[in-house]
Amino acid sequence: MVQVKIPTIMRRHTGGEAVLTGEGSTVRDVLQKLEERFPGLTKNVVTDDGDLHRFVNVYVNDEDVRYLGALETEVKDGDVLSILPAVAGGSVDPFVA
Amino acid sequence: MSFTEDQVRRYARHIILPGIGADGQGKLTDAKVLVIGAGGLGSPAAMYLAAAGIGTLGMVDFDRVDLSNLHRQLLHDTADVGRPKVDSARERLNDLNPNVEVVTHRELLSSANAFEVLGPYDVIVDGTDNFPVRYLVNDASQLLGKPLVYGSIYQWEGQASVFLPGPETPCYRCLFPEPPPPGTVPSCAEGGVFGVLPGIIGSIQATEAIKLVLGAGEPLAGKLVLYDALRNEFTTVNLRWDPDCPVCGKHPTVTELIDYEAFCGLTPGQAPPEAERTPAATE
Repeated sequence: MVQVKIPTIMRRHTGGEAVLTGEGSTVRDVLQKLEERFPGLTKNVVTDDGDLHRFVNVYVNDEDVRYLGALETEVKDGDVLSILPAVAGGSVDPFVA
Repeated sequence: MSFTEDQVRRYARHIILPGIGADGQGKLTDAKVLVIGAGGLGSPAAMYLAAAGIGTLGMVDFDRVDLSNLHRQLLHDTADVGRPKVDSARERLNDLNPNVEVVTHRELLSSANAFEVLGPYDVIVDGTDNFPVRYLVNDASQLLGKPLVYGSIYQWEGQASVFLPGPETPCYRCLFPEPPPPGTVPSCAEGGVFGVLPGIIGSIQATEAIKLVLGAGEPLAGKLVLYDALRNEFTTVNLRWDPDCPVCGKHPTVTELIDYEAFCGLTPGQAPPEAERTPAATE
C-alpha cells in the first residue's frame, strides 16, 4: 500500500480527496489502478502512448521518477507518491505583448 | 557602509542578528531586486524586501488594480481600484520605507524588453501567473546569469524554489520542460485562490531573495517546497539538473529569447484590450 498525494487541481476527479491509498508494484501500476477507480484522474499525467506528460512530475518520496525508473519505478509499502503538475498560473490570455 | 541614526534604529534587529549584522545590512542597501508582478506573490515579497531595506526595488506590472485583487494583494488599497498597480505599489513601499528606491516598470514583459528590464538587477523574483512569462523570465534569468526566485500558487496549494544560473543546478525548464496545452489548466481567475496563500509563498520568496543577497545559509536551489494550506503540510522534493535542458544543459539550444506564446501553444497578438483582460494576470 502506498499513499498518493493528489494536487488540488486534480481533486475534482477524486471527490475532493487529497490523499489516496494506492496499490501496485510500480508507479504505472499504481496510477492504472487509480484510473480505474477515478476515471480521468491520470489523463493529464500519462500520455496516450503511456509516457509521463512533460508538464507533470511524479515523485516517489522526495525523488523525481524521471531520475529513477520513470513509470516503471518500483514502489514498496509505505512509499509516498506525489503528483506535481505545472500550475504556474495557466491564464490563457497572453500576457506577453 | 555608514548608516544614518534613523537607519540604525530602523534596521536594529537585523544589525544585531547573527547572519546579517552591519555588513549584511550594507549588502541589502546596495542590492537591486526586481519583483515581476505586483500581485498576490509580489505584494508580500516586495513589502518584506522594502522593509528589509533593499536599496533598489524594481516592480514590473502592466495591470490596474481590480476589486477582486484586494483579498490577497496587500500592496493595494480599496481606494486604488482602477489605478496602475505599480503606482499604488510604489506608494505603499515608500510609505513602508522611504529609503528604498522603487523603480516602476509599467509594461508587458516580452522577449523584446526582458533583457533591458531584468539587466540592472541582482536577483529576480517571479510573481507572474502565466506560462509564457514564466518561461520568458526563466530563460532571460539564465541567459543573463541571474538567480531567479520562483513561486506559484493555485487554489490552496503553492510552490517555491530558487533557480540559480548556469549548469549543475536546475532551472524551471528542468522542472517542467514543456507547458501544459492551453486550456487544460485553469487560472486563478477561473479556479479561485485562497487569499492568505500568496502571503506564505511570497514571504518564502522574500526570504530566499534576501538570503541570496546576503549569501546567508543555503538557497532553496535544487529543491522545491510545496505547501498545502488545507492539510497544513510542507513537503520538500528534490529537483534535478537536466543535462539535456535547452537553456542550462550541456548543449543549450535556446541561446536567445524565443516566441514564448508560440512555445506555450498560444497565438501571438491575441491579447485583448486592457479593460477586458483578466484582472488576476499576476499572482
